[in-house]
Amino acid sequence: MTHSEIIVLLRSRFGDAIGQWHDMSSDNAYQRQMGSYLDVTEPGVIQKLAFFLRDEKGLEFNNLILLSTLDNSDGSLSVVYHVESTQYQHELTFKVTLPRDNAKVPTVCTVWSHANWHEREAWDMMGIRFEGHPDHRRILLEEDYPGHPLRKDFREPDFYHGMKVPY
Amino acid sequence: MPEILERRTIIHSTLHTSAPIQEPEMVEPRRLHTEEMVLNVGPQHPSTHGVLRLEVILDGELVVDVIPHIGYLHRCFEKHAEHMTYPQVIPYVDRMDYIAAMSGEHGYVTAVERMMNIEVPEKVEYIRVLFAELQRIASHSIAIGTYGLDAGAFTPFLYLFRDRETILEMFEKTCGARFLYNYMWIGGLSHDLHPDVLPMCREFVKQSRATHKEINNLLTFNHIFMERTAGIGVLDPQVAINGGASGPMLRACGVKWDVRKNDPYSIYDRFDFDVAVGSSEYATLGDSFNRHWVRMQEWEQSLNIIEQILEQYPINDTTDVQSAIPKRIKPDGEIYSRTETPRGELGFYIVGKGDVKPWRVKPRSPAFSNLSLLPLISRGYLIADLIVILGSIDIVLGEIDR
Repeated sequence: MTHSEIIVLLRSRFGDAIGQWHDMSSDNAYQRQMGSYLDVTEPGVIQKLAFFLRDEKGLEFNNLILLSTLDNSDGSLSVVYHVESTQYQHELTFKVTLPRDNAKVPTVCTVWSHANWHEREAWDMMGIRFEGHPDHRRILLEEDYPGHPLRKDFREPDFYHGMKVPY
Repeated sequence: MPEILERRTIIHSTLHTSAPIQEPEMVEPRRLHTEEMVLNVGPQHPSTHGVLRLEVILDGELVVDVIPHIGYLHRCFEKHAEHMTYPQVIPYVDRMDYIAAMSGEHGYVTAVERMMNIEVPEKVEYIRVLFAELQRIASHSIAIGTYGLDAGAFTPFLYLFRDRETILEMFEKTCGARFLYNYMWIGGLSHDLHPDVLPMCREFVKQSRATHKEINNLLTFNHIFMERTAGIGVLDPQVAINGGASGPMLRACGVKWDVRKNDPYSIYDRFDFDVAVGSSEYATLGDSFNRHWVRMQEWEQSLNIIEQILEQYPINDTTDVQSAIPKRIKPDGEIYSRTETPRGELGFYIVGKGDVKPWRVKPRSPAFSNLSLLPLISRGYLIADLIVILGSIDIVLGEIDR
């Protein structure tokens, strides 16, 4: 399926929760394919959307390639999902934007188990809560690390457990 | 005295009496008390292949659950990348997957080139693919050799390291570094191919084919090795795709998925090679043996690609390998670009905002996703099998922790 067909299908099913399609105007065909993305305006719908993308006949996005996060530096954070279907060989990128002080989104690791560690990393690095995640711990940093380092306004602490941090 | 010993004594004394044999008096043994035990493996343990800590919950010798703890080698790649210019990120990419630094660089520069729509000279593409495939053989040599060590075979490791040395020598002659190269630059390469490399490469292909055969005899079809790995850590193909497995881990399940074929980059569409998949001929599909077997086959396919490069290489082409390097690197927009490294699908999600520094660089590290499947495939096996399963995933902690 092409991107436009997928979007028409999603709009008919989810209505206003599906936002704008950002088409990457690039000279490179690969970037047009893999750099364009869909906005999802309603964070609460993510899990239902994920199930729909995975299970709907003709879509079958069975592979979550990557779950990544972005700090947009305007008071919002984004979660970016890259999904593909190994059967039909089509990809889709969708983004959900969340307020920085209350960043919460339903987990998709019930849909793609690959998301489990990536969501833990997103919590660790960007401080996004994934509701319903079975193992919501930090993954790379210590459990008591202050703050979420990949946020653009993060300042490293002067001391951590009595050790001087800037060297 | 514990009751179980007491019971034995009673039976013993009954048998040695002169009286006619009677039914021995049975004492009901108290139920043996068992409980689950937590065993800590690593982070400083040779069989964890780096600084990985596994919290293993055992019932006797049976693995009930494994909880991997990672992050001991976290060097803030993503944060650093936001403070560097695009070319300055390349040395950091080297240090992610330090066993296959060339493949990592190839992935990163391809992503930025696609963002900026740079056409790379043909000669550069040939050198890149040649080095990426040599690196794949070097990386698989380590994977196969250390896997032999895990299973108790020492000799293959030495043979493989001897051959790997030739590859490192070729890299050293060309760019001066043996391990972490900073060789592939955005739009070009740091140095032209050293004139000795192509003859060395011809010799190497012959030597490597012989070693491949030898390793197959010595390790792959060794009865002890097969007994040790076959049917251990079986992964279902659907679960593998759902769990984000890639590379040999996914192909061992019989899924024919290779980024070089399914989403071709560079000049891989010019070469004729097969995608190696696991087979149920020797062992169960998706088990540890098949992951090793896929690596063995991929080694052979890489040699095929190298032979084709040696035939097609534009030897009289005097293009400057730095001619296409752009003066200004300020890409705008975003991209997800992926390449096939020895460990699987290495992707880079890069967001640029028209600045010299990237806004965000997020790698999809294949070993991270593959390791997250470890608890799933090691439950119910013995603790000794856990080491074999872990070895078959072929993890590099530099890439997992970034």
